[in-house]
Amino acid sequence: MTTSETSSATHSAFISVDHLSKRFGNKLALDDVSLHLPKGETLAIIGPSAAGKSVLMKCLVGIYGADGGKIVLDGDDVSQTNAPKRAEWAERMGMLFQQNALFDSLKVWENICFRQIELGTLSRKDAKAHAIHLLGLVGLASESADLTPSDLSGGMQKRVGVARAISTDPSILLLDNPTAGLDPVLSNHIERMIGKIAEQRGTTVISITNDMQIARTRYQNLMMMHDGKVYWSGKTADIDDAHNAHLTQMLNGSSQGPITMRTGKREDHVYS
Amino acid sequence: MSKPQNAPGDVRSKGLVDYLNDENVRAVLYQIIAIGLIVLAGWYLVSNTLYNLEQQNISTGYGFLDLEASFEISETMIDYSAKSSYASALMVGLLNTVKVSLLGIILCTIIGTIFGVARLSSNWIVRKLATVYVETFRNIPVLLQLFFWYALIPSAFPHPRDALEPLPGVLLTSRGMYMPVPEPDNAYTFMAIAAAIACVIIYFVKKWAKKRQDATGKPFPMLLAGLGIFVGLVFLAYLAGGAPTEMSMPALKGFNIRGGYNISPEFMAVLIGLTVYTSTYVAEVVRSGIQAVPNGQWEAADSLGIKRSVALRKVILPQSMRVAIPPLTNQYLNLTKNSSLAVAVGYPDLVSVSNTTMNQTGQAIEAISIFMSIYLGLSLLTSLFMNWFNKKMALVER
Repeated sequence: MTTSETSSATHSAFISVDHLSKRFGNKLALDDVSLHLPKGETLAIIGPSAAGKSVLMKCLVGIYGADGGKIVLDGDDVSQTNAPKRAEWAERMGMLFQQNALFDSLKVWENICFRQIELGTLSRKDAKAHAIHLLGLVGLASESADLTPSDLSGGMQKRVGVARAISTDPSILLLDNPTAGLDPVLSNHIERMIGKIAEQRGTTVISITNDMQIARTRYQNLMMMHDGKVYWSGKTADIDDAHNAHLTQMLNGSSQGPITMRTGKREDHVYS
Repeated sequence: MSKPQNAPGDVRSKGLVDYLNDENVRAVLYQIIAIGLIVLAGWYLVSNTLYNLEQQNISTGYGFLDLEASFEISETMIDYSAKSSYASALMVGLLNTVKVSLLGIILCTIIGTIFGVARLSSNWIVRKLATVYVETFRNIPVLLQLFFWYALIPSAFPHPRDALEPLPGVLLTSRGMYMPVPEPDNAYTFMAIAAAIACVIIYFVKKWAKKRQDATGKPFPMLLAGLGIFVGLVFLAYLAGGAPTEMSMPALKGFNIRGGYNISPEFMAVLIGLTVYTSTYVAEVVRSGIQAVPNGQWEAADSLGIKRSVALRKVILPQSMRVAIPPLTNQYLNLTKNSSLAVAVGYPDLVSVSNTTMNQTGQAIEAISIFMSIYLGLSLLTSLFMNWFNKKMALVER
């Protein structure tokens, strides 16, 4: 699936990224990244920090536009943020952010159905009912609908983030470190919950993780990134012990791939 | 009472030192002593003042307010002449203070917001220019800035004879700015009433629109409809009032310009000085407010396919407001209080008029008590309004 040389795979791919590049100032955050994923399959992206995993995900969801290369989703070219099909894909894609990025100014149920409320596709009454249904799916009581995100614990916030990501019943689910900052028991629980929801709905899932164990056991495909490049990609089933040792070593940063710190000042830009 | 040695029956057997060391006794005794000292000091000051005033044959009380002021005030918003009472002179001063403060608050908010956003711009020149503006005007005492503007206006603009006319009817001279204004007419009263009625209608339409959106999810173009109702009603009132077109145009007559509305150099100096100075602080407040909202909030809204303008209104602003409103209130209060510096450039604000009153009547304590309570009242009103506004913005419940 992942190597772009196999043209037959490229054609059948639901998500297809070709030679994608993205730079911020002088830093090349993504350098010739390609990935192809058939519909309904799951992919784990793994790699040390500053490898470009989150940037790739934000390019997919349309927060950043590509500087080079192409992103094609189910035949629609959405490489740029202003691509004509982008608006449609905002509905068909859901994303869970690393820090959840819940809207503190809104209640939990308004968070979950923010899109539907703002676009007027659901009345507020129906939106709330829909939100409560989703809260049930992620294992939260309906009473939490009227709380604000700051009232919730970290694990609960994560669940609300998942509920928001699946609120439009998307065909693609993007998860940026869904278990970051959670204890192992809760991590396992959240991963299992997401896996179950995605399986029931036939959702294509791309997830960033730092846990090789979770990546190997829960995902069908694996992509290892380092320094903006794809270092290794393939079926998780194909990973043998030698591979595993090498990749794990890589991930921990103790072998050849030096972990580079993100350099350069972060500039604050006002969005207007 | 909790300790056994403090049991009532034991007191007699203890010495005076033990008695004074008793927690319960201390709590009451020291408070009584403190209050007693304050009352004593207050009584001393008041009685001394009264005695001194009596020696100087100055009668105390606020009776002087009804006396004829017999001094002119250069700019007034209400009818006033030298024959008016001290009370109306103080009223003129109060209105002038309120006028310059209110305009200053509005202008410094607008200018400060622009520079605050500009300081975060991705454009190097815009960012640096905004930084220079903020760092320059923030670090010069506001009194010196008032002097600067007051010195600049008479020397930078020509004599009324050679008045600059940047727009037809608008004259810039060393004696201030002149603008054409409509001649008084009943139609303008109708228009004001129509505007008030329009606001009431808009309020109810907005309520209905919100109810409909809650029930059906259909959004209502409130901004457009509101604008239509307001402009339409006001324009109808204008037509009904006979559509007056007569204007009072400023023109040179003799050595000075007559007609139109005059904005004095004193007023301009105070307004520009206070606005520029406070806007630098507002710029910093705005910048901190925006930066306090994590970037992820923009990205999350973006990923949901929400328009930037909606995200700004529903997600970003409510969160930055929460951070920005309390320090913004401080700046508004500072501006209002700093307007008392107007006395330095001869703008007839409350302090300036009170000073004249004090000099003429000798009623210093009364005059000072009046303007101090007025400033206190103005500040408390501002605080109350901003607290209400803060509550409204912090809890964006619909």
